[in-house]
Amino acid sequence: MITLQPLRWGKPYESMEIKDVVHFDTGEPIAKFGSVGGGIVARDMKQAHKARAALLKHSTADLIAMSKKAADLFENAELPVGDSMQSVDQFVHQQSASTGLPEHMCRSNLKKNSFVLSHIDEILDCLTRGLDLDILSRGYGEEGRGVIVSYQAQTPVLGAILPNNSPGVHTLWLPAIPLQIGLALKPGSQEPWTPYRMVSAFIAAGVPAEAFGLYPGGHDAGGAIMTKTPRSMIFGSAETVAQHAGNPRVQAHGPGWSKILIGDDVVDDWELYLDVMVESVLSNSGRSCINCSGIWASRHTREIAQAIAERIGPVDVLPPTDDNAQLAAFTVPAMATGTYAMVQQDLAESGVTDMTADYGDKLIEREHCAYLRPMVVHADSPDRGVAMKEYMFPFVSVVECPQAEMLRRIGPTLVGTVLTRDPELVAAAGACVEIDRVNFGPIPTNRLNWLQPHEGNIIDFLFRSRAYQVADLPVAATA
Amino acid sequence: MPPDVDSPACPITARETTKRMSAAQTSIPEDVAKSASEAKDRLNEHTLKIVHWHFSEETGSPFWLEKKAELGFDPLTDIKSFDDLKKFPHFEDEWLRGGPIQRWIPKGHAGKPVYVFETGGTTGVPKSRMVIEDHWKDYELFSETLPDEHFPQGSNWLMLGPSGPRRLRLAVEHLAQHRGGICFCIDLDPRWVVKLIKKGWMEHLEEYKKHCIDQAVTVLTAGHDVKCMFATPKLLESLGEALEDRGTSLQEVGIKGIFSGGTEFTPQWTRFCVEELLGGPVEEGGVYMTPTYGNTLMGLACSKPISAADGYKISYYAPQPRAVTEVVSFDDYNQVVGFGETGRVKLYTLTDEFFVPGFMERDEGEREAPFDMYPWDGVSGVRPFHELASATTVGVY
Repeated sequence: MITLQPLRWGKPYESMEIKDVVHFDTGEPIAKFGSVGGGIVARDMKQAHKARAALLKHSTADLIAMSKKAADLFENAELPVGDSMQSVDQFVHQQSASTGLPEHMCRSNLKKNSFVLSHIDEILDCLTRGLDLDILSRGYGEEGRGVIVSYQAQTPVLGAILPNNSPGVHTLWLPAIPLQIGLALKPGSQEPWTPYRMVSAFIAAGVPAEAFGLYPGGHDAGGAIMTKTPRSMIFGSAETVAQHAGNPRVQAHGPGWSKILIGDDVVDDWELYLDVMVESVLSNSGRSCINCSGIWASRHTREIAQAIAERIGPVDVLPPTDDNAQLAAFTVPAMATGTYAMVQQDLAESGVTDMTADYGDKLIEREHCAYLRPMVVHADSPDRGVAMKEYMFPFVSVVECPQAEMLRRIGPTLVGTVLTRDPELVAAAGACVEIDRVNFGPIPTNRLNWLQPHEGNIIDFLFRSRAYQVADLPVAATA
Repeated sequence: MPPDVDSPACPITARETTKRMSAAQTSIPEDVAKSASEAKDRLNEHTLKIVHWHFSEETGSPFWLEKKAELGFDPLTDIKSFDDLKKFPHFEDEWLRGGPIQRWIPKGHAGKPVYVFETGGTTGVPKSRMVIEDHWKDYELFSETLPDEHFPQGSNWLMLGPSGPRRLRLAVEHLAQHRGGICFCIDLDPRWVVKLIKKGWMEHLEEYKKHCIDQAVTVLTAGHDVKCMFATPKLLESLGEALEDRGTSLQEVGIKGIFSGGTEFTPQWTRFCVEELLGGPVEEGGVYMTPTYGNTLMGLACSKPISAADGYKISYYAPQPRAVTEVVSFDDYNQVVGFGETGRVKLYTLTDEFFVPGFMERDEGEREAPFDMYPWDGVSGVRPFHELASATTVGVY
C-alpha cells in the first residue's frame, strides 16, 4: 500500500502519525498518510526564503520550460509518489477511491491541471499583461516606455490549505513555481493525490525539490501555514471566506454561487440554451464553485426548470469506473444527510417547487458513503431562501425575477453567464461588482478561460507594484 | 484523621533504576506481578478508608450523604474492595456545575480554608471542584518523580499555562516551593482563547499568544535563574520558537527540565520537541521533558520515561491509590480491556477531599501493563474519545 509522508522543503519526513486513506465505498484502506503538527510547519517556514532562493537560481524561462515538462509528466508518466511508483491509471483510481469522484472526472481534472501547466507561459503573459518576467525576478526593470517599473515579491512561498474534494482547484497554485515562489501546501486528507503527484512531476522536470513543502495535518498545521506565510490561499465554506475577508495575506476561495442570467430579449428562446444550462449544473457532479447554482429569468422559469429536470432528474448512481457516471459520492455520509435536510427546509417555503420530485429518491445511503441525485427547484421570487443556495451536488434554483431587479438581487456570483443582446443589460452586468468572472453569450459557467484571472489575479496577490527610482551617485572630487 | 495523607502515590522514584517492560507484553515479570499485587492490596485498603470517610455521617460531604439514599446499597458495608466501586453509578461531571460548592466539603474537613478550581466555563456555568490540600499533595508526590539532575532542587520555575480559576498555577507554584524554588507565573486565560477560536479571531489569538510568550521570554532572560518550567505543548512550542527568533534557545536561557501537559500530547510532537526544540535527546545534553496527564478531578498522572527507542511512546500512570485510571471497553464501561487493547479512559479519585467512583473521561487510549516504577495499570496513546472527538476543542492553548 502506498504511503505518503510529509515533505519538508524537499526532504521526506517520516511521520509517526499515520492515518489510513480509505475507499469511499468499501471503507478499505487504500493508502497511508503521515501528518505533521503546526510546530514543524512553523519551524520550516523560517527557512521559506531558501525555497525562493533555490528557484531564483533558475530563470523564469527555465522554470516555464520545466513546468511544461512537468505538465507532460503529470499527465502521462509513471512518477515516484510517496514510497511507490504511480502510473496515471493508479493515480486516477486512487483519487476516485478516496474522493468519490467518478474516474472519468478524475481524468478530466488531471487533464485540466496539466493543460494549465502546459500553457503556463501564455497564462503568465496574460496575467502580467505582457510583462517581461525577468522584472518579477529582479524586482524592477524597464518596460519599454522609458519608465522603471517594479514588482516586489511579497512572500518567498505561497501557502495553500487545499480542499478534500475538488481536484480541479489545484490550477490556482501552479503559477507560483514559474514565478519563483515556493510552495507550502497542506493537502486535503482525501485528496492528497494531486499535490503529491504534481510536486513529484515538478521535481522530475528539474525544479529544485527544496522549493516544495507538503504538510498534511490537522487544523494546527493549516493554521501555521496561514500565520507563517505572508501569502496563502484557503478553500472552504462561506464562513471561511468571511473570516478572511479584507485580509491581504489570504486569498479565500469558497462557494461560487455561479449563475446564468437570461435577458428578456432572449428568454422566449430559452430552449436554445438548455445544453449550456445542463452542462453548467451537472458537470463535475455539481461540486465546483463554477457549477451553476442559479438560473434567473423574468418568465418561462417553470418551463426552464421542467426541461432541466427532465434532463438531469433521471441521472442515477453508477459505479465510479463507469464512463457514464455523473455523480460523485459524499465520502462522509453525514454531509449528504445534512445537506438533504437543508434542502428539505428550502422546499418547505411557500413558492418553492421541487421540479425533480417525480424522479425518485434523492438521498441514496450506502454503508460507507452516500449520494444526492440531481435536483432542480423552482423559486417564484428571489425572496425565496433557496435562490441564494449552493450545494455540493447537482442542484440548481430557477428563479423568477424581473430583469430590472436581477443584478441588484443576485448576490455574490463567481461566474455569471449573461444571455442577452440588450446593450443596457450587457453594460450593467459588466459593471456589476457582484459578478467576478463574466461571460456574455452561451458559455457554460464551468468552462473557464485560463488566460483570464480567477478570483483575483495571482500576480497582484504575490507581487506588489511600487515606485522604484534610481539616480546616479555623484562622483567624489579627486584630490 | 484523613485516611490518605501518607499513601505513597509513586512508591519507587525516578531516581531509582527502572526495569521497563514493553507495553505490548502481556505477561508481567514475576517481581512486577508481586509489586502489582501489593499495590492492589494497598488500593483495596485505601478504598475502604476513603469510602468510609465519605459515607460516614461524621465525616462525609452533604453531596455523598444525600446520594447514599439513592444508591440502593450501603457503601459502608457493601464496598469491600476497589472493584466493588463498580456498584456506584458513573460519576457525572454535570453534578459539579452550579452550587452550592459547600455541598462537596466533607464534614471531616469543616472549617478548613477551601479553594475552588474550575474547568470549562467558556460559556455557561463551569464545573467546580473544591480542594483543600489535594493540589499540594498531588504535586508533592509528582515532585518525587522528577529527577533532581534535570529539575535541580532550589531552582526557580516558570509556569506558562492556564491560570485564573484553574488549579495549575497554584499547583505548579507549590511544586516549585516544595522543591525550594520560586515560581514565576504568566497569566493565560484559556476561556478567552476558546472564544477567540470560536469567533474565528485568529489574528487576536496570535497576538494573545504572543503577549503571553513575550512575558515568558522576559522572565527567562531577566536573570532570575529559572531552570525548570511547566508549559502546555502549544505554548512550549511557541516559546521555543520565540527564543529562537531572538537568537537563543530554551537550553541557552538555562532551562534544564520541563514538564508539559494540559492538552493532547502525541509521540510525534514529543519527537519534534526532542529533535528540533530541546537540543536533542537528554542523554546528548538536550533539555529533559516529561509529559503529564491530568485534570482538576484526578490530579496528575506521570509518564513512563520516554525515548526514541520506544518510539516516543507516552504511557501515563495515575498517582495510585489517590487516583486510578482504567482503560475500559467501549461497550461495557465496567469491563477493563486487555493489555495493549483500546478502550475509554475511566477515572477514579479517592482522596479524603474528593470521591469519584468511576468517571468516564473524554479520552481513549491503550491499556498499559504495570512495571516496576508504577506497578499498576497505565494508559498510552491518549487522544479524544472517538465518539466525542468532533465536538471537542483540543489543544487550544
